[in-house]
This record gives sequence, structure tokens and C-alpha cells, in this order.
Amino acid sequence: MAVEQSDAQLVARCRKGDPGAWNEFVERFSRYVYAICSRGFRLAEHDAEDVFQEVFARAFERLSELRSDDAVRPWLAQLTRRLCIDRLRLLARDTPSDTEPDEREVDDVLATLDDAMAVRAALDKVGDPCREILDRFFCRDESYRTIGDTLEIPSGTIASRISRCLEKVRAELDGRSRGSRPS
Amino acid sequence: MNVFDEERIGRLLRLLPPAPEGWVRAAQELPAARSMLDELVARAEQDAAFRLQLQADLERAVAAAGYEPSPFIVSRLRQLLKTV
Repeated sequence: MAVEQSDAQLVARCRKGDPGAWNEFVERFSRYVYAICSRGFRLAEHDAEDVFQEVFARAFERLSELRSDDAVRPWLAQLTRRLCIDRLRLLARDTPSDTEPDEREVDDVLATLDDAMAVRAALDKVGDPCREILDRFFCRDESYRTIGDTLEIPSGTIASRISRCLEKVRAELDGRSRGSRPS
Repeated sequence: MNVFDEERIGRLLRLLPPAPEGWVRAAQELPAARSMLDELVARAEQDAAFRLQLQADLERAVAAAGYEPSPFIVSRLRQLLKTV
């Protein structure tokens, strides 16, 4: 089973130029940055893509300027937020509108996304097959049948597996793992 | 205090779908792209003719320099050249 690293450990590996660390960094935070662009600021796909690439380009260039490796997630959130606002202002210059985002609404979305990242981290700790099943069902919106066919498990058992996996994630979040490892 | 019941966990997971694969791949290729970008910017700084080529047609100039002018490289280079 893969050993899950903290954000700080991953950032430290990126700084050292550890091969593979940057790929993990992008893998770990890509959903978060994508969600801020698309849910927080409701950017159109091509605008979200530009911001997404710009966020990771700047993160790559400025990772060494990060004061605390633990603070990488809020740092990325702030960077993404600023670039989304820049993009919206640029769009408003070309097509004037009153679509400047409500700051409080964005704060709420970011707080919820932080909770979602905590759940995601717990899911990573629980590991496969739960990670795979829950990711396919909740994040990729796959049907029981598709999940069953892909993972070669009876689709009639998917609902109960999802339920058990959710319990494991909750236990992980509660800090009482109850010795539950993926079965 | 955050309370995570199963229903909320499911709702929160739905908020983080995967980013499009191509976006993730492009971001992961940044370290390799970085040296290419550094080289192109350095050349633009030293070579006025190359700089003019870049200003006239960025994609063609990148291709002529022997690199794949992917949308990401072109957009990143455009940003970097603003400071040259």
C-alpha cells in the first residue's frame, strides 16, 4: 500500500527536485484547483483551463518562496482565487457585465472545498478498493453497473460496498480508524 | 466544528471531480517545459531577429526553433515574453 505523505512532505520533495514529486503534487491538487475555477468562480471551460495551467506554472516557479510547506493548500487557493478574479476582470473588460463574484459566496465555496479536500485525504488513507469505488461513484458519476463491470465485482454488491466504504472514511475522519483497512 | 456523516461525505466527494486529463498532463510536464521556455526566453533576450519572429508569429517561431508549440507552451511563453 502506498504511504500517504503530508502536503508539507510532498512540497519538500518537490523542492529537492525529487523525480515524480511534481507529478504527485499536480495529482493531489488538480481537483482542488479545478473545483475553485469551475465551482467557486464558474469559469467557462477554456478560461478555467488557462487559469488552471497558470496556477500550476506559478506554483512550480514559486514553490521555493512558500514560507511554510504546510500552508501549500491555502497558498494555492489564494493564487487560484486571484487568477480567477483577474480572468473575470479581463472578460468583463471585453464584455462588460456585472459578474464580479460575491466575495462571501466564494469564501463559502472555498471553505466547503477545504472540507472536501479533508474527505479526499481521508479517502486516500483508506486506500483501494474503497478509494476506487467511491471515486467512481461520487466523483465520476459512474453507475453501479459500470463500476461492477470495470472492477469485476457483482454490480448488486456495489451499494453495500459504497456504504461500508463511507463508514470507513467517516471513521478515518473521526480519527478512530477501528483497525479498518480496505478489504 | 465539522461533522462528517456518510451523506455529507458523499456530497463533498462529488465536489471534487477529476480535472480533465489533458490539463493534468500538461501541468505535470511543466518541469520539462521549463527548460525549453528558459532557452527560448534567453534566446529572445539575446537575438533581436528571433524576438521579432516571436512577436510576429509565436507558434511558427517556436516550431522553427524545433519545439512543439503546444497551447500551454505558447500561452506561457507569451506571458514570459512580456517581461523581455
